[in-house]
Order: sequence, then structure tokens, then C-alpha cells
Amino acid sequence: MNPMNPLIILVASIFTHNIALAYILGMCPFIVISKNYKTAVGMGISIIFVVTLTAIINWPIYWLVLVPAHSEILAFLIFIIVIAATVQLLEMIIEKFFPPLQSSFGIFLPLITVNCIVLAVCLFMVLRKYDFIQTLCYAFGTSCGWALAIILMAAIKEKMMLASDIPKGLRGAGITMIIAGLMALAFIGFAGIITLQ
Amino acid sequence: MPKKRFKRAFWQSKWFKVLAAGLWQDHPTFCMVLGICSMLAVTNKMENALAMGIGVTFCTAFSSLFVSFFRTTIPSRVRMLAYMVIISTFVICVDRILKAYFPPISEEMGPYVGLIITNCILMGRAEAFAIKNGPWLSFLDGFGCGAGYTFMLILMALIREPMGFGTILGHRVMPAGWINWSILTVAPGAFFLLGVYLWIFRSIAKKTET
Repeated sequence: MNPMNPLIILVASIFTHNIALAYILGMCPFIVISKNYKTAVGMGISIIFVVTLTAIINWPIYWLVLVPAHSEILAFLIFIIVIAATVQLLEMIIEKFFPPLQSSFGIFLPLITVNCIVLAVCLFMVLRKYDFIQTLCYAFGTSCGWALAIILMAAIKEKMMLASDIPKGLRGAGITMIIAGLMALAFIGFAGIITLQ
Repeated sequence: MPKKRFKRAFWQSKWFKVLAAGLWQDHPTFCMVLGICSMLAVTNKMENALAMGIGVTFCTAFSSLFVSFFRTTIPSRVRMLAYMVIISTFVICVDRILKAYFPPISEEMGPYVGLIITNCILMGRAEAFAIKNGPWLSFLDGFGCGAGYTFMLILMALIREPMGFGTILGHRVMPAGWINWSILTVAPGAFFLLGVYLWIFRSIAKKTET
């Protein structure tokens, strides 16, 4: 098991080892959905919820079922099925019991199934041999970090839309990458404080 | 668009058009901006980029083939899940092959091999092409997209490895006094480089977004 303090993992996964800006994951929605501040917030909150939930479900499945049965080879398959099923279930629950949430929260759920970071959190949790509490902190921290990054990006892009003269070819995805690079520089600046493993 | 080049009858055959679309007109990175998560993360070394490219090409080609085989039997409500299962089967193959024959590469790529599953290109091709077309065409379409993606990975690695480490595939190429641009080996450099590439290619192809 990994000897790291869960609280350190939490802080490190939000700031110094931000999953979007240091590990470059979850980029597709990061580019497409960051045009509008409100949508970015909705997406961020949905991600926090789904990532934490799937990590909580996948941890016991891997360590209590797959490892004793020596079928780690199936891990990818099981993880992705659990993620897809959780998302589908969540969608159904929201539709049935919380219809007001549907418009602000429900529309993002189908997109989350193919978001890299949900699977990435499960894979990192296995690779780094986190125990349950560490997994919980890591999943929550990572998704918060991703939400932070996309919200910051959306805010910058909204401001930029008002007054900026970007060359034609650079508009859209191009400038998003340059901004992300600048943000990554700022986040990576603190990477020396903690080494996450 | 370089359409004029395809004037000969052979080049006008349907399957060639499908293959070429993935390589240029619908290039997964420049036109659709898909699948860049793993692209940026693994391209700091050429060997990782090649392994990733070959892995993705294998997975897109075969998952498209199999999705197309089963396109009449998959109920449309659960098709996403069906794609996922098919794709992850092939990704497991790639992961096992890398672990068995190229353990250092597998070690270095870590979770990024598994993350081929959530690479949007695979899902995108299954949904946009394979579910509507026959197996042979779907296979070619998947192969074309994978090859276009590999080409982009190589382009990225071709700049990042020499400038970041001073080597290509482990061989020293830069002069002795070269100071490594270590920024290119980590995330910010990858973002900047892709931004510049997108700028260049979109200016050439005259594709712009508002």
C-alpha cells in the first residue's frame, strides 16, 4: 500500500498535479465545453460527482473481487462497464426524482462516459496502490482540480471574446491550447513542493 | 483540399476516398480536435509516440470492423456500451502485448495505454462511420483515422524529443553544446506545440472556427 498522507494527496491532485494541466487528460470537453462559463460550472460539478462515485465503486471491485480471483486482465473492461452503468443509472435517477436538475446537470452525463479522467482516476488508483481513504481523496481532489481548470479556462475565454484580435487560423482550438499552456506553466510552478506517487 | 491529385481511376475508388478522408479531410486532430489527451502526454519520446500510434491504429481498425459486423444486432439504446466493450477488448490486447514484449515502453506509458479506451477517436469512428457502413469500408476508415493520428503523434515527437532530450529514438542528434529545452518534455510545451501546429495546419486548410 502507498504510504502517502491522504490530505497531501488531496492538495497535490488539485494544484501541483492537476490532471488537466499536468497529466493532460480530459482534453476533449476541456476544449469544446469551455466556451461558456455557466456550462463549464455545470460540467465541473457533474464530473466531481461522477468521478468520486465511480472511484468508490471501482476500488472494492478491483481489490476485493478481481485481485483475489487473479483476473486483473479484465480490469479495463470492468472499469469501463461500471463507469457506463453508473452514468446511465445517475441519468435515470435524475430524470425520475430530480427533474429540475435535468437541464443544468443531466445533459452533461452522457458526455462523461467517454471522459478520460473518470477512467484515468481508476487506473492511477490501481497503479499507485492507494487504499480506500487515499482513493477517495485522490478522486475528489482530481475532479475538483479538473473543474477548477475548466472553469478558469471558460472565464478567460469569455473575457477574451469581448476584446481580442486573434489570427484567423488560431481561433477556437488553437488559442485554447496556448492558454492551457500558459495555465499549465503556472500550475507546474508549484510541482516541486510535493511529489505524488 | 488536395482533391485534384486523386484524378486517376484507381484513386477515385470508394475505398481509397474513405482512407484518404481520415488522413486529410477529416483528420481527427486538425478538423475535429479529438483524441488529444493521450497525444500530448506520450509524445515526449519518439518510441512512446510510435507505440501509441500503432496501438491506436490497431484498435480503431479492429473495433470499427467488429462494430460494423454487429451493427444490425446491437440495439441502439445500448450501443455506447457495446462500443465500449468491443473497444476495451482490443485495448486489453494492446496492453498485454506491450507488457509482454516492450516492458520499458509499457512502464513509461503507464495508464495512457488503458486510456486508449476513452480516446474520442475510437468512439467517434464507431458512431459516425462503422455503425452505418459495411465491415471492409469501416476497417479502412478506422485504419485511415488511426494512421492520420499516428502521423500527428510522430510530428509532435519529432520536435519534442530532439529539442527536449537532444535525441531521436535514443540516438543523439543535437550538437554537443545543445542545452535541452526541458519545457518541451512536460505539459506546457506540449500545449504550446499543438497550438502552433493547429495554427499552421488550419491556415493551410483554411478551416476556421468563430
